[in-house]
Amino acid sequence: MEESRKWAGWSAITVAAVFAASIAQMAGAQQRTAVEDIARYRELLQDGNPAELWELRGETLWKTKRGPKGVSLEGCDLGLGSGMVKGAYAAMPRYFADADRVMDLETRLVHCMVTLQGFSLADAKKQPFGNGTDRKSDMEALVAFITAESKGVPMNVGITHPKEQEAFQIGRSMFFHRGGPHDFACATCHGESNKRIRLQDLPNLLEPGDAQRAYTTWPAYRVSQGELRTFQWRLYDCFRQQRFPELEFTSDGSIALTLFLARNANGGKFNAPAIKR
Amino acid sequence: MTRKTILAVIAAMALIAGCATMMSDAEVSKKSLQVMKSSFKERGQAKLDRLDQDEVQAACSLYGTPDKVPKDVAQRLEQGQLKAVRYPADGKFVGDWKAGETIAQSGAGKQFNDDPTRPSGANCYACHQLSKQELSFGTIGPTLLNYGKLRGSSEETRKYTYAKVYNSNAFSACSNMPRFGHNGILTEQQIKDVVALLLDPESPVNK
Repeated sequence: MEESRKWAGWSAITVAAVFAASIAQMAGAQQRTAVEDIARYRELLQDGNPAELWELRGETLWKTKRGPKGVSLEGCDLGLGSGMVKGAYAAMPRYFADADRVMDLETRLVHCMVTLQGFSLADAKKQPFGNGTDRKSDMEALVAFITAESKGVPMNVGITHPKEQEAFQIGRSMFFHRGGPHDFACATCHGESNKRIRLQDLPNLLEPGDAQRAYTTWPAYRVSQGELRTFQWRLYDCFRQQRFPELEFTSDGSIALTLFLARNANGGKFNAPAIKR
Repeated sequence: MTRKTILAVIAAMALIAGCATMMSDAEVSKKSLQVMKSSFKERGQAKLDRLDQDEVQAACSLYGTPDKVPKDVAQRLEQGQLKAVRYPADGKFVGDWKAGETIAQSGAGKQFNDDPTRPSGANCYACHQLSKQELSFGTIGPTLLNYGKLRGSSEETRKYTYAKVYNSNAFSACSNMPRFGHNGILTEQQIKDVVALLLDPESPVNK
């Protein structure tokens, strides 16, 4: 009697343990399926990319005579000589002697809109981002066109000019700068490999492979927003979630951080505009 | 001059040129803060003073990732932070786990586009696994599955858990986890609710 009761007790424990293990396994399987589903969703997205609509509109904007001076942007020097667009983005941000400043693509476009086309600075910076519905951004379209012309080109951002070196150092410092009520820095989410937020994989932007994959796939058409988003937008929205104040479009800080991240991606083949969730 | 000497001279010149352009760490931090102050603008509740750093933020930024903080620095920071923990006046550390689950799911609060009159969340699931049924969890922090089951709920555990959520840096300097109480992200009651989510035997964390 005593023996059989003991046996029954052990059986119950065994059954419970097996049951618990299978539940854990099921949860694991569900987890894997969720991750696989997301991977499949991302794959499907690559089939047709609405970014092409932004690229086409950007090309027209680039070639159309606009602004008070009625000239096109085709005379704009993106670093490889005036009007040279192919491969230009893969070597930006860079130092421009005519402005005596390190500039990313957006900043350079603003510069050309002011100096070549005669727009006021305020007008050139008026709408950096589309609002998700009817108000599309000319800046996002121009960036889509120009970045697409660097597809397949390896990233090659130099830090030879002293101002480029300074921007790199400042960008690096900004990357590690903890602040705000949450103590967040860029490094909080992007300083370690193989981490996730919820189910979203986080690139370690200090590691070449991850940095290349991340940087070379911006700009991107964001399905959830119905807009093509530039790297300026990417930084803007990261800082919002970091609980920082609002990042100013084409500010020195935004350019320095972009240069630091672009430089970390050197060697990676540029592959944008991409498409993301 | 021999070839060797020429090479040495060139190397020395390159070193001097390098020193002339590269800033020291202290110079970089100072310049970087200046640049940041001119690169952000205040919006809503997010004022420019959010770029200023307290002792912990400054020290942690200097070392980059938490694993690079020297032991003595970490100890000093932890002691200072632990002293600043304010425990509930009523001596109770555990609230309502259901309210805690809602707080753990929400990532709202403190962003420039958030309404400051609404309560913040803690977004625990962004970084931690907590319950079996929530599959959408992050991995920046360790899994907290069965947190209470593994630790029990002695007075010591309840107090420690409250303090850990209140100020993670009191036990682990430069942790990636926000200092929810210390920096006023969560209220006292909200922290108690999160503690309940972790410790209550009825909570999905321990089921």
